[in-house]
Amino acid sequence: MADVIVEHGRVVGTTGARKRTGLHNALRRKSMVAFFLTLPLIVLIALFVLYPALFSMHLATLNKSMQKFVGFGNFTFLFKRETFWMVVKQSCIFAITAVIFKALIGFIVAHFVHNIPAKGQRKWRGMLLVPWVIPPAMSTLAWLWLFDPSYSAFNYTLSFFGVGPIPWLGDAAWARFSVILVNVWYGSPFFMIMYLAALKSVPDQLYEAAAIDGANWWQKIWYVTLPMMRNIIAITTLFSLIVTFANFDIVRILTSGGPLDQTQIFATYAFRVGIESNDIPLGASVSLFMVPILAVAAIFILRDVSKRGNEA
Amino acid sequence: MADVSLRKVVKRYDDVEAVRGIDLDIADHEFIVLVGPSGCGKSTTLRMIAGLEDISDGDITIGGDVVNDVPPKDRDIAMVFQNYALYPHMTVAENMSFGLRLKHYPKAEIKARVTEAARLLDITDLIDRKPKQLSGGQRQRVAMGRAIVRNPKVFLFDEPLSNLDAKLRVQMRIEIKKVHQKVRTTTVYVTHDQVEAMTLADRVVVMNKGRIEQIGTPNELYHKPATRFVAGFIGSPAMNFVPCLLEDVGGKLNLRLTDRIAFPLPPARAARYNALPRADKLQLGIRPEHLTESHAHLEPGVETFDTVLDVTEPMGMETLVYFTLEGTPVCGRVNPNAGAKDGAPMRLAMDLNNMHLLNEATGLVL
Repeated sequence: MADVIVEHGRVVGTTGARKRTGLHNALRRKSMVAFFLTLPLIVLIALFVLYPALFSMHLATLNKSMQKFVGFGNFTFLFKRETFWMVVKQSCIFAITAVIFKALIGFIVAHFVHNIPAKGQRKWRGMLLVPWVIPPAMSTLAWLWLFDPSYSAFNYTLSFFGVGPIPWLGDAAWARFSVILVNVWYGSPFFMIMYLAALKSVPDQLYEAAAIDGANWWQKIWYVTLPMMRNIIAITTLFSLIVTFANFDIVRILTSGGPLDQTQIFATYAFRVGIESNDIPLGASVSLFMVPILAVAAIFILRDVSKRGNEA
Repeated sequence: MADVSLRKVVKRYDDVEAVRGIDLDIADHEFIVLVGPSGCGKSTTLRMIAGLEDISDGDITIGGDVVNDVPPKDRDIAMVFQNYALYPHMTVAENMSFGLRLKHYPKAEIKARVTEAARLLDITDLIDRKPKQLSGGQRQRVAMGRAIVRNPKVFLFDEPLSNLDAKLRVQMRIEIKKVHQKVRTTTVYVTHDQVEAMTLADRVVVMNKGRIEQIGTPNELYHKPATRFVAGFIGSPAMNFVPCLLEDVGGKLNLRLTDRIAFPLPPARAARYNALPRADKLQLGIRPEHLTESHAHLEPGVETFDTVLDVTEPMGMETLVYFTLEGTPVCGRVNPNAGAKDGAPMRLAMDLNNMHLLNEATGLVL
């Protein structure tokens, strides 16, 4: 087919025909076609991801009035402030604790759901996904109400056991506990559904082979399930770590970073200094500081994934 | 090593009976093959021996102990699965030693056993590889190695060669036989391939619809099938079944196949079938190798008839010829130099000394 077109071009023998042949040749190369097909996505990503990222880097190098270039000035200023280091510490505690519990609860619940007979499983799967599909801003408002110190359901219930009232959001330790609790509640279903998919992909015969080899239920999990799920666990953890690190809505609604900035994390702190205190370059610097931390985590987690590849 | 016996073993799934009261005694060191079409209950039976399926009724004993409620890990058995079921994240050595490591064997002994099994199966060079890096045949060897290192009472094989190509299957079949000759462990082997069953087994158990049709040595099953199912299942190409009648002609017993073809039965056969009611609907069972080309000096009991061939299949060492007798398709096996041609007439010889007579209603060989 293509040969005929080339022949035709020669017969006509004009520059226009040669150009057409060139275009045809270009289109015949698969990589070119692939590039054109992905172009819309590339444009979208450039517009909504790359441009804001680069622009925030640019912002981070300006002074408060955005008139003067100050280089790393914003960062050196941040590094000298105790609150900033507290935010770094709190973000790490918040993200790591929440991800660990989300993964743990997700894993356990996924096992339970996996063992429910197929008929009832869809119903349970759907119900357990509810926390994840409600917009967190809305569900967190409900939690805010539950946590209310004076008339909330939690403290009311606890009062029957002679406990409380607990200052869920008023005391630093309890406030940290509460924001992590809500984040775990919101994020566990994601782990559950990912782990459930991974569990379903482990062939039954491996468990049968392990049963015959003498493994008990715990050894089956340790020697068969976990190794078979390693890649999914790694990728889910990384993804969740990124999202949890960058969490904004839950903390913002529950505590706004309080009491006394004791629950402030990167995103809420960036909002506080950038929008509320009207120092956008400083806010940009705070949020940019997440990049090196997450990059290190990503490198460690993904290195293992690519090394193992798909062993199945 | 141990003997295995099944007493009235039943497996029910809701309303369906997959296995319907099986009795089977497997002697120590014996190689038993369970064979039958898909859905005949052979794999279920094997999985019940392994403990991977509960039994609904009856008893299974291994080495004299009833194991009905003993979990698989305490039955001291090893199983080789159709898709190998190797742990993909472990090396060959780790796969083979997994069972021993769980039982906390000393490291030196584990190493010795794995080395010995690897040598036996010729996979010493592969010991540090992951299953992904192995071919199908190599994976199958590793799966067998994993069974051998455990030195169990019983080996269970669940269609282990089904995933291999034809050539490798023949090769691995011989390997399995060699391994059994060396380790002599009691073996129960499930397959749907009658050639595997015939070549490997000390005794073959033919199963159909959840029941045992016949138990016997490969030769017994081939030459003395008990039922039409066994007669048709064992042997390739399959035995021919042609409707027939017995008739008395001048004090002799004749076998009438068609209006124009009737043969006098050889004396031994005549004596055996003489008592049968003449009105019974019968079938002649005759294997293709007992339908050959006719030649000048025929033995007693071999009768000739003329037919027109439909199709011929030259196989090299023999030619398969297909024709019909009163609408029933029949296959014969002739010498490649006998001049068989598609659509051509041919005189064939039927060896009635090797015939079988079946009751059409009961399916039993008479």
